Amino acid sequence: MNGAPLELFLLVGAALFACGAAGVFRDAEPLRRVIAVNIMGSGVFLLLVAIAARGGGDRPDPVPHAMVLTGIVVAVCATGVALVLADLSGGEEGDDDDGERS
Amino acid sequence: MTSDHLLILIPLAPLLAALAAFAVPRAARRIGLSASLIMVFLSLWLGLKISAHGPLVHTVGGWPAPLGIVLRADGLSALLLLAVSVVGAAISIYASAYFGAPAGTAASRQSRFFWPLWFFVLAALNAMFVSGDVFNLYVTLEIQGLAAVALVAMAGGSDAVHAALRYLFVSLTGSLFYLTGVAVLYGETGTLDLAMLGEVVTAGSPSIVALVLMTGGLMMKAALFPMHFWLPPAHSSAPAPVSAALSALVVKGGFYIVLRLWFGPFDDLVSTAAAQLIGVLGVAAIFWGSWQALRQSRLKLLIAYSTVAQIGYLFLVFPLARSADARSTVVAGGLVFLLSHAAAKASMFMAAGNVLRAVGNDRIESLAGMTRWMPISAFAVGLAGVSLVGLPPSAGFVGKWLLIVSALDQRQWWWVAAILVGSMLAAAYVFRLLAPAFVMTADDFRPQPVPRIMEWSAFALAALSVVLGLFAWLPAGLLGDALSRGTGP
Repeated sequence: MNGAPLELFLLVGAALFACGAAGVFRDAEPLRRVIAVNIMGSGVFLLLVAIAARGGGDRPDPVPHAMVLTGIVVAVCATGVALVLADLSGGEEGDDDDGERS
Repeated sequence: MTSDHLLILIPLAPLLAALAAFAVPRAARRIGLSASLIMVFLSLWLGLKISAHGPLVHTVGGWPAPLGIVLRADGLSALLLLAVSVVGAAISIYASAYFGAPAGTAASRQSRFFWPLWFFVLAALNAMFVSGDVFNLYVTLEIQGLAAVALVAMAGGSDAVHAALRYLFVSLTGSLFYLTGVAVLYGETGTLDLAMLGEVVTAGSPSIVALVLMTGGLMMKAALFPMHFWLPPAHSSAPAPVSAALSALVVKGGFYIVLRLWFGPFDDLVSTAAAQLIGVLGVAAIFWGSWQALRQSRLKLLIAYSTVAQIGYLFLVFPLARSADARSTVVAGGLVFLLSHAAAKASMFMAAGNVLRAVGNDRIESLAGMTRWMPISAFAVGLAGVSLVGLPPSAGFVGKWLLIVSALDQRQWWWVAAILVGSMLAAAYVFRLLAPAFVMTADDFRPQPVPRIMEWSAFALAALSVVLGLFAWLPAGLLGDALSRGTGP
């Protein structure tokens, strides 16, 4: 790999994951949370791709690549389900009736 | 080692049933019932095979472990597969009557979605229990999560959609935390296989980070306090058979993987402090869930909070099973408790569904006089309550007893105190249900009729959760020395 060192990819991946996680926990608006989950996912995928390249040489490790591909398929499905539900819910998450969180 | 194709059939049977039920909605009910029967048969077969010959292994497509996918099953897998297939079959039978309502009603519309989604959940659970590698487990978690979310949303209405959406976000976040842990673990060790990981995981910060990420993600999935907040709205707003399936079986998936990891590859890595911490979270779940259950005015919410509490007991296994001598007793106790809760909680939600059908709402005061107008369901609530409280001879009692004895042996008396207080709280919320049920009501009260099969399936599971206590040596025997130090999954 030329240019950026591997650690940079790992750090950016971890940072994306953390930003996404913060968004999912903090935001109330479904659409923003869908995007936040996808950012989290991208962070993990970046980590995996960096791990695949880590072995060095000209052939990267195929196993993390397979994991990323599977992960992308899952992420697309999950995003689809989330968007349908977000559409049905019509915006902000409503008041909870479980009586312990407001 | 010989390759055993039975291990492929275990997840394949429900998966094919899900696809068939989706393709041919008119036959979905028949497909579902026959597939449930097949699943009971397969899991019994597997159980017998494992108790006779020990753990089974299958390398899918003949590709060995580092590259291929390995399926494995030991006594723990067999036990959970049996629980899923038996409780699942009862839920399918219940659902066949529940969704068999006259055409045009909400229940008959939901039928179309219920059968495929329910069998996707079963396929995910079955695949989880025979998975031999950590990435495969991630995939099963996602299938299970997405199908379960869709089942919650199926009820329609704003409450159900909001609950489903929140469940989806927690579920996705949980699985991504888990996946990040898997990535770190792979980066450190270069393998995903559970058995191989056991040999190569070394003490050090990457392994610890991986374990924390994976455990944290799975805690969300298992709804362990303080990540339980999504459970009560999701489980209570779903249709009755779905609530039963989610509370009885689906939340146990997360627990199962934590069990595999903590007593598998990470066995030597987990510190006493970490084990005590997860136990403390379990105790917090017991107290908080029971306390909230006492405060609810709706039947289904009470039962859902009871699930939050009962999950807490399962996590007491972690601090108590640290010592090698106590492990087999504690794990057996935890598993008997899990089986008992699966049967009892499914039964409770089924009975709640019957009440809802009969009187049109699920307020606790609506139970008034239930012993007169719905005696079988009322009896089911009573029996399931006996198991939830942990009164002898129920399986709930045996499970708690094994935990208590082992805690006293190890002089960790604080867990004993937590279990006893938790049981008293459980008795209090169960009596909140039983007290109105015995109230005398006017003779002219005529609730809507409920199909007999719905009442009897609730009763059968409640009875099972009590009777299992007398035969608790059976699951303990099947469990054998799974998870003991030095034996792989």
